Amino acid sequence: MGIISSGFHGRRQTGNPALPPGQYETASFPVLTAGPAPRIPTDEWEFFISTESGQRHAWSWDTFMALPQMDIHTDIHCVTSWSKLGTTWRGVSLDTLFEDVETNCRFTMAHSYGGYTTNVPLPDLLGGRAWVAWEFDGEPLERAHGGPARLLVPHLYFWKSAKWINGIELTQDDVPGFWESNGYHIHGDPWREERYS
Amino acid sequence: MSTLWRVADVVSSIPETETARTIGLRVNGLNGNLAGQHIDIRLTADDGYTAVRSYSVSRADMEETLEITVDELANGEVSPYLVRELAVGDQLEIRGPVGGWFVWKPTDTNPVQLIAGGSGIVPLMSMIRAHHASENPAQFRLLYSLKSPEAGFYREELQTLGQESRKLTIDYVYTRKAPEGWPNTPQRLTAETLLANILPTDAVPDIFICGQTVFVETVAEWLVQAGYPAASIKTERFGGTGGTR
Ligand SMILES: Cc1cc2nc3c(=O)[nH]c(=O)nc-3n(C[C@H](O)[C@H](O)[C@H](O)COP(=O)(O)OP(=O)(O)OC[C@H]3O[C@@H](n4cnc5c(N)ncnc54)[C@H](O)[C@@H]3O)c2cc1C
Repeated sequence: MGIISSGFHGRRQTGNPALPPGQYETASFPVLTAGPAPRIPTDEWEFFISTESGQRHAWSWDTFMALPQMDIHTDIHCVTSWSKLGTTWRGVSLDTLFEDVETNCRFTMAHSYGGYTTNVPLPDLLGGRAWVAWEFDGEPLERAHGGPARLLVPHLYFWKSAKWINGIELTQDDVPGFWESNGYHIHGDPWREERYS
Repeated sequence: MSTLWRVADVVSSIPETETARTIGLRVNGLNGNLAGQHIDIRLTADDGYTAVRSYSVSRADMEETLEITVDELANGEVSPYLVRELAVGDQLEIRGPVGGWFVWKPTDTNPVQLIAGGSGIVPLMSMIRAHHASENPAQFRLLYSLKSPEAGFYREELQTLGQESRKLTIDYVYTRKAPEGWPNTPQRLTAETLLANILPTDAVPDIFICGQTVFVETVAEWLVQAGYPAASIKTERFGGTGGTR
């Protein structure tokens, strides 16, 4: 046990098994971004997956929306200590997007409009654990929260769920992305408190 | 390593405003920090319950001591304790300083525009102090948006710096109550007032914005619309829902 502050009582929420260590529950949806939000009209939007052999799979907004869509109910955990439980999203599973992709790579770099990057190991994107989401709580995803579409990898800290997602590049090595080069953990598992590097 | 929890001794605690306090923390083996970084503070209750919050560091010029300024959020879990209860001689735990993005280094050469909403001044003050202490000749300009003159942090120091330094200009915007004789009536911050009080686009400044989330969002959006490149704007959001009032 750490240093005890006798005058501190706090608001106990840690009894909730849905909360990873060091997280507290919030009802609001705070916004955290390194800079201003880019503006991407859906008719200019594209999502790509590129492989080590130079192959490029790409979807326009219309072809993306024609893919099977899923409703996702999940908790999200931000590295700044808030968690939001029971959120609802709609989007396309990365399993669907990766169906025709041939690769031997084990890592990926997610690229966003505006230049943001974040690295995620490929196994973390597959197996029904990651999506490209475009709806939040029944409404089109707001621009401040990454609209028109963002990556959703809720089992990792939320900075991995890249807003304004543009595409995923498969990589041989685990290369640090934006926050990962700025003091944050290379992997980011909230249950292991992988916050900082 | 910055990721481990370390014990910090409270070595000073000085009221900054009616609701805010500047707290000095001595940490063994700290070895300095960059201007703009923050720490995480962990409080533990006597039954082991813990709460963690982030606080920006307000100065980068001390080796083994950090200063933070905490504004009390009525009904908050952590900030009322830090502002009202914590005393010199107490201990708590910190992690960090962390952050390699929202930082200013004395080797940066571009002109700098700082934009603070309320307590968002804290990491920007660290940059102002680091810049003042350095030989760096880059132009610094601060726009400080405040509810009232009494709500300002570091008032005397900023006044002195503003008068004495040839490389720092300070502009204030008051949103609810202005000082006596102030030329403008207090009002919600607008894009017009903002743009009239910052370095122009052709000065190509590096821009740092800090404050409550909506303030930061709104200001960043206005700047992009006015033609400041998005890549030149760095933001730090303190949370909350407070706007530009
Ligand atoms: C990187 C970073 C740096 C920060 N630096 C500072 C700093 O230098 N000085 C400082 O005073 N604070 C700073 N904060 C905010 C700080 O971490 C806490 O969020 C704040 O002190 C409130 O904590 P609390 O436990 O008192 O309130 P909580 O119990 O967490 O919150 C109570 C209610 O207020 C809302 N709320 C949370 N944060 C805020 C806020 N900032 N403003 C308004 N409403 C809020 C919550 O959504 C909740 O509904 C920083 C935050 C971040 C992420």
